[in-house]
Amino acid sequence: MSEPVIKCENVYKIFGANAQKMLKDSNGNVDAKTFQENGCIVGVNNASFEVSKGEMLVVMGLSGSGKSTLLRCISRLTDATGGKIFIEGQDLLQLNNKDLIDLRRNKMGMVFQSFALLPHKTVVENIAFPLQIKGVKTEDSISKAMDMVKLVGLDGRENYFPRELSGGQQQRVGIARSLAVEPDIWFLDEPFSALDPLIRKEMQDEFLRLQEKLQKTIMFITHDFDEALKLADRIAIMKDGIIEQLDTPANIVLNPATEYVRKFTEEVPREKVLLIEDVMEASKDNLGDLKVSKDEIIENVAEKILTQEKPVAVVDNDNKIIGSINPTKIINTVFGGRKNNN
Amino acid sequence: MELLKKYPKTFQWLFLLIVFFALCFAIDVPETYKFIRGQAEFVKDPNQSSYVFLGKEVRYYAFDVFWRLPPLLGWLPIWINDSLFFLMNDWMPIEVWNEDTQEFKSRPIVLQISRNLTAFMTFLIELIREILLGGLETIVAFTSWDWIDKNPWAELPGLPWTIVAAGAALLSYKLSGKGLAIFAGLTMVYISIFGQWKPSMQTLSFILVAAPLSFIFGLGLGIAAFKSKRVEKALYPILLVMQTMPQYAVLVPALVLFGVGDHAAVIITMVVAIPPMILLTLLGLRAVPSEVIEAGRMSGCNNFQLMFKVLIPTARRDILIGVNQVIMVCFSMAVISAFIGAKGLGFNLLLALNQLNIGLALEAGLCISLIAILLDKMSLAWANKQTDYFGNLTFYQRNKNLLFFGAIFVIGIVLAYIGTYLFKDTFNYLFEIPHNKGISTADFWNKGVDWIFDTFFIYIKAFNTWLIQDVLQPMRALYLRMPAIATIVLVVGAGYLIGGIRSALVVCALTLFIAFSPWWDRALVTAYMATFGVIVSCIIGFTVGTLCFQNKHSANFMLGVCDIFQTFPSFVYLIPVMMLFGITDTSVLIAVIVYATIPATRYTIEGLRSVPAGLHDAATMSGVNKFQRLTKIEFPLAFPHMMLGINQTIVFALFMVIIGAFIGTEDLGQYILKALSDKKGAGIGLTLGICVAFIALIFDNLIRAYVQKRKKHLGID
Repeated sequence: MSEPVIKCENVYKIFGANAQKMLKDSNGNVDAKTFQENGCIVGVNNASFEVSKGEMLVVMGLSGSGKSTLLRCISRLTDATGGKIFIEGQDLLQLNNKDLIDLRRNKMGMVFQSFALLPHKTVVENIAFPLQIKGVKTEDSISKAMDMVKLVGLDGRENYFPRELSGGQQQRVGIARSLAVEPDIWFLDEPFSALDPLIRKEMQDEFLRLQEKLQKTIMFITHDFDEALKLADRIAIMKDGIIEQLDTPANIVLNPATEYVRKFTEEVPREKVLLIEDVMEASKDNLGDLKVSKDEIIENVAEKILTQEKPVAVVDNDNKIIGSINPTKIINTVFGGRKNNN
Repeated sequence: MELLKKYPKTFQWLFLLIVFFALCFAIDVPETYKFIRGQAEFVKDPNQSSYVFLGKEVRYYAFDVFWRLPPLLGWLPIWINDSLFFLMNDWMPIEVWNEDTQEFKSRPIVLQISRNLTAFMTFLIELIREILLGGLETIVAFTSWDWIDKNPWAELPGLPWTIVAAGAALLSYKLSGKGLAIFAGLTMVYISIFGQWKPSMQTLSFILVAAPLSFIFGLGLGIAAFKSKRVEKALYPILLVMQTMPQYAVLVPALVLFGVGDHAAVIITMVVAIPPMILLTLLGLRAVPSEVIEAGRMSGCNNFQLMFKVLIPTARRDILIGVNQVIMVCFSMAVISAFIGAKGLGFNLLLALNQLNIGLALEAGLCISLIAILLDKMSLAWANKQTDYFGNLTFYQRNKNLLFFGAIFVIGIVLAYIGTYLFKDTFNYLFEIPHNKGISTADFWNKGVDWIFDTFFIYIKAFNTWLIQDVLQPMRALYLRMPAIATIVLVVGAGYLIGGIRSALVVCALTLFIAFSPWWDRALVTAYMATFGVIVSCIIGFTVGTLCFQNKHSANFMLGVCDIFQTFPSFVYLIPVMMLFGITDTSVLIAVIVYATIPATRYTIEGLRSVPAGLHDAATMSGVNKFQRLTKIEFPLAFPHMMLGINQTIVFALFMVIIGAFIGTEDLGQYILKALSDKKGAGIGLTLGICVAFIALIFDNLIRAYVQKRKKHLGID
């Protein structure tokens, strides 16, 4: 496997006057409570993970869980108190100011919750801004920005000011701006949280369409578990600065690592998240005629399976049978899990 | 006892008042006490006591300590003055090459810096002035007088007024559009036709130097304060005092440091105009959302780009208010600095007021106000200007305005040239209409004033007498009757009850400074005039504001009126009141009231507007009528903001009271004015200014403490 694009090793972020010293004294064993008593607030507590190329990692947590702080450490908007962060193998915390600016100008893009558009610039000027900062000629930057305007579907509004746009449109500008320099790494900090539910869904779909096309390496922050499930390749769930669990959506739903994670998964409609592969059994005996792919989402094939009396064969991409699934298993998955918890 | 528990605050206040009045009645007026008028206190008097501190002798009339505190700070003005003189004349001499005598000369470093600064400012002012009016100085600055004698042709000719007027209109059109262009054109034509061209251009050249420099320094220092906590902490107290210090007071030290003339006026204007610019820059930069800053960083901005492409443009609104303030202060100072020899409209205005030629004063005042409004609007329009990327422009379209100006330039010169033939024997009216040779409406106004005086003399006199005898004199007597110790107890007690121990200590220190200065009595008179002005202003302002708030259009209209009134230089307010009431305290007080009503009205409307719409609806649904909604919902919620209005009202009132000394009052302002003509007045002027600033700061502290508490209580921020 190639080198991970983002790699974090034991990252800590602690706010407060003598955070450095306290972290050193604690020997990597940070307890939020004792720190708080000494006037320090723990933002990120011992975060280690990797994100590989083209992968979308969604960091999920409630407000105050440290998810935004983690993102800001990785984009070095704040300096991590301890640990190591590598971007494409480069040690981020060792970069000097000039290299950091170069990195941001060429490799990183970021989208913000409150859009963070420049109020004095029009749509196209906002999108061209990172290019102009980089020193691209005005004409080139504007024409490139116009391409971006088309990409996010804002044609005809390029001369509007941010205040004249709706929230959804403003965030489209934010997305276009973050993509203008064609970055490899894309940070999104609760990009859809400030939007209305219908617009949010629309933007999520749009976002998936874009990602299909662009294949960026993404860190996506959200407090909405459904959003995380819908978008993520992998999800990291954070609480009080600690990553409670980092896994694929299916594994999180099926095997919540902690009580906290389990609470989130309770209400999740499993059939929409889990794949056949996740619930199949290894036995290949007594199979019926129907075959389903292991990569199907349960919801899509549940009706077919439930009409069968015998277990259904599960096949992989080469149409080879790798296991089976029982109709009763489907019923248990869809209804059983939740009944037990109630 | 129950009552005491239920309303603890009320009883605390009651207790404070009881103590205050008890002190007032317990301490009798000493038999020897009299309010000292005129020059008496500079004359040696055997009844005076004296002490020596730091080698300075301080003489004073001693009273019972409870009645008036001894002037323990009496040495301060003398000491400041001596230090200034020492700095200027003796401290750290350096060798300076003298061009004229061709030798090195020893000169104190401060004097040398002051000279260089002066020369630089003079050069800038003369450069702009001579572009507008013509002259020799700029060329002399690059060559020498001898060279000019040999080359008599070398003189900047000055622009014909037609070019400047049309140029101003064209610039306004480019910046904003037809409306402003017409206004600019009319203003310039008015100025010219009424023979105010020369003084107007003198004032303009003064402002075109002072305003941009103030803006640059204010912005720079604001950025520095934003970036470094330490700079902010160092600047903050200076800013506070400077914001509340009457503009008169800074004139005096400037006189010592920089001498008399336009250059000194520019420097002192900068000193006054920079603090609000710093504060507003800081305010604006602070208010930039952190996500916008992060967006800038993630776009790869370096620190410079982040500041000038992200932070400052995003904070534009507040910075623009700062620019607005700078322009306002500059025009205000354009008049006031006429006291230290600034030429132009301000000088004419002062002269006319001195001669009681109200008509002339009115014309000059109108000119200043018009130019002030014009520059204000132009700077606003400039900052809001947008660039167009998509227009595919031809050479003509792109340079249209430049070509137009070229055409205007040529036409103007041709016109001026034709003028030399048309007006062979008189002045060339197409080049410049000289002062006093234009149309003058002064006679008309003067006759009007006379007519008003003749017709309404009895009523005005009666009103005047009533106000002075039945309201002002008793109020003044009451203020003077307060024993110093009682006043201090009252103020400090109020500080404690409102803002706790911290507030009490600050207020105590400020009050003691005034009490230990030699001018406690004068400060009381200042306070009484300001109090009277503030009370009346607040009543008018609250009423007008509340009435106008009932209708959206009238509210907007009123805010617009406030904007325009605020642009008028403060001195202009003295003109109409002197027209009506002559040289009396009434005039000053009415000017104070008019001037101070502006912030009272503005803040009332803004405060009422800030009440959330949801609460409005909730109140309506609870079935309140309009009056109930006003008293039960809107006033209580708008009150903190209205209190900030009172704060501003106090500052405005104090400013005007001090300026009123020009008409003749017996407060601190009178001494400041006197210090202006005193060779050793620098220390006195400065100390007096600080006293006035401290009066304002005492109230500022109390009101802010109250507002903060109240806002917290109401949960609004």
